[in-house]
Formats: sequence, C-alpha cells, structure tokens
Amino acid sequence: MSLIEITEVRKSYGENEVLKGINLDVEPGEVIAIIGKSGSGKSTLLRCINGLETISKGSISVAGAQLLDDEVHLKALRLKVGMIFQQFNLFPHLTVGGNVMLSQMVVKKTAKPEAEKMAHRMLERVGLEQKFDAYPDELSGGQQQRVAIARALAMQPMALLCDEITSALDPELVAEVLAAVRELAAEGMTLLMVTHEMKFARDVCSRVVFMHQGRVHEIGRPEEVFANPQTPELRQFLGVH
Amino acid sequence: MIEFTIWDILRNLLLATRWTIVLSLVSFVGGGVVGLGLLFLRISKRKWSRSLAKYYIELFQGTPLLMQLFIAFFGLGLFGIDVPAWLAAGLALILWSAAFLGEIWRGCVEAIAKGQWEASASLGMGRLQQMRYVILPQAMKIAVPPTVGFSVQVIKGTALTSIIGFVELSKAGTVVTNATFQPFTVYGLVALIYFALCWPLSKSSQILERKLNVAHRNH
Repeated sequence: MSLIEITEVRKSYGENEVLKGINLDVEPGEVIAIIGKSGSGKSTLLRCINGLETISKGSISVAGAQLLDDEVHLKALRLKVGMIFQQFNLFPHLTVGGNVMLSQMVVKKTAKPEAEKMAHRMLERVGLEQKFDAYPDELSGGQQQRVAIARALAMQPMALLCDEITSALDPELVAEVLAAVRELAAEGMTLLMVTHEMKFARDVCSRVVFMHQGRVHEIGRPEEVFANPQTPELRQFLGVH
Repeated sequence: MIEFTIWDILRNLLLATRWTIVLSLVSFVGGGVVGLGLLFLRISKRKWSRSLAKYYIELFQGTPLLMQLFIAFFGLGLFGIDVPAWLAAGLALILWSAAFLGEIWRGCVEAIAKGQWEASASLGMGRLQQMRYVILPQAMKIAVPPTVGFSVQVIKGTALTSIIGFVELSKAGTVVTNATFQPFTVYGLVALIYFALCWPLSKSSQILERKLNVAHRNH
C-alpha cells in the first residue's frame, strides 16, 4: 500500500476547476518534486493533501487516514503529514523553542520536559540548537524556515509537504534550507515539494510531477523528465526547444 | 433660601460619580463577556452563527443607545414586567458595549495573518486550540489600544441613563441644578468630573498604541 494515495481528485472554485482529476500514489521514502507554471494547481494539490483546502471529488488518504471535512479526521490526517510554507509562518509571540514545543504539548499532550527534549533534538537536526530562546524576528529567513522544518518534524510526521519553501528567501539563504531538506531526504523522509529549484529536483528527487492546467501532465524519474520531456508544454516550461 | 457652597455641590456630584463608575465597570465587563461570545460566533465556521452575530451587531450599532435604553426600560414594562432603572441601564449598556467590543475584537483577530491559522492547523490543532494558543495571544496585543479607547465611550454613554431616571453623575447634576439654580457651575463641575475619568483612559490608549507600534515586535 502506498503512503499517500491521491485518487481522481477534483477541486473547483465556483466555475473554475483547478484540479481536474489527479491520481498520484507516493511510496514511503519517495521524494517528489511538483513543478509547473503558477496557476497549474500544484500548490492547491499540496494544500489539499493535509486538508487546508477541501476537495470537490475524489479521495486522498495518508497512511490510511482519509481526508474528510471534520475536525477529528483532519487532526488524524495532519498528525501523519506535516507542512512547511513559503512564508515560514512561525508563531511570532513564541520563542523558537516554544514554536517547536507548542503543538507537541497541545495536540499530542506531551509533557513539557519531553517536548523540550524533542525540540532540542529537532533544532539540532536543522543546526539551530543555539537559537532555542530567540524569537523568530531575530532570525534570518533561512533560519526561520529551518525552525519551521524542526517544528513540523517534532510532530513526527510520516511525510512532509513543502510549499515553495525557498521562494521567499534571499538567494544566499536558499542553500541552507535545501541542505536541511536534502538531509531529510537522505534519512528516508517522504517528501512532496512544490518547487522552482530545478537543480535540486534533479539531484534529490526520486520522481518529478509536471502539472499543467489542473492535470498531471508528465511524471517520471528526474533524469527522464528533464532530459527527455515528452510534451511541448513541459519542453516550453523547461525552456528546451 | 438655603445657600450652597461649591463643596456642597461637588460632594453630591462625587457621591453620584460612584454610580457612574459602577455602571461603567458593569457595562464594560459584562459587555466584554458577551462581546467575546459574539466574537466566537462571528468568526465561526457555521454560517448561521456568523449571521446571528452580524445581525446583532448591526442592530445595536445601527440604533441610538438612547432608544435601546428606552426599549429596555419602557418596552418590557408593556408586558407587565417592572424594570428598575438600574437594571434597564445595566442591561442596555452591556448589550450595546458587547456589539462594539465584539466587532473591535473581530477586526483584531482578522488582522492576524492567515498563515498563522494554516500553520497551526497543519500541526493538528483544533479551532479552539488555534484561538487560545496562537491567534488570541497575538490579537490581544493589537486589541488593547482600541479596547481601552472604547471604555471612554462607555463612560460617556452612561450619561444617557439619566433619562430613564438612573441617578448617576448627569442625573445628579440635574437634581443639584434644580436645587441650587446654578446650572453653569454645576454642569461645569459635571463635565470636569467626566473629563477626569475619561482623559487618563484616552491618554493611556494613545500611549499603548504608540508603545505597541513602535516596538513593532510581537512579544
């Protein structure tokens, strides 16, 4: 059984159908890059997987947890799949440590000492142990994003969704975030990332999904997809003629 | 004819000021509690509760406080319920304050970036947990200046209750004027007392606003 099963997913905003029947199965340990023009539905698809958007038709399940629109099912689903955002979305009123501890204590009811231990461990993993007591606005964008990664990891998800996590960063800060993601991939974390970092997709991902007008237009191993694009849309997107 | 000294006048006015303060506190605290309920209805996921809160707020913001006082005082009387002035005054002011506080606070909650809701949701928090641990701590900081500012409106609003016969500062001013025939002195003192109550609040609202803005830090 696949870890993430996306079956015939459709999503409309009013008349406008943005996802037109998506099928995608993700195996444990896979690293998948979703690429495509803006408006192709790639971010929407990612947001559907952990229930930030509702779907109109079809089904999504992560390790047996179905996406259904009620709080109990959503919580079960979100415990299995974490998400990292373009804008970091750290909680500005809490310290770095507080950010990583909060959901463990509130959602999983972990006792404070354990949550704290876990927070230290996860921050160490992204190289920010020493920032435990700093506030988010004292950190650079790259550091904030790494804290966001630690915060998601602290919930011990089976998969992580990354929604253009380097797009809001200055160029010199992109590398440190990608390095953290690369390490996760090497450790066997299942990752689904919407990204514009083509080189990263080529180097790290096991499969690349090209989305176009709400459909999975092409899918395959990065060396095939990048070296030998089958459709004119993908060729145009990649800038090869 | 009896002569009244300034002190006689002032003493009577100050005694009545106690009731202005009590009524203000009751209205503000009661209005805060009801307003918090309205806030949760207003930002609920359920449409009917959002509409309910919206109509309530529109009704109370769209009619004069004076009419609300009349209706609370005389309206219930039509059904044979005898409402004492203090009860009608307290009730009307609580409901009126709630409408404004609820709306002020809704604005503060909506000022929090959508990403905060999304991040906390993606970590598995339920709606109440999101509010309690993520949204309200941030919204409360924004809410302090306008809330303190609104308390000034509440204090001044209590003056209207004199019309239904509740003896607070304004009503006492009328009574004392009728006895002393010195309207200018008496109402001048009444105004000064209101000013002494309201000014520190307005001032602290301004200071808080500046402090929270300049720091521009969220902790």
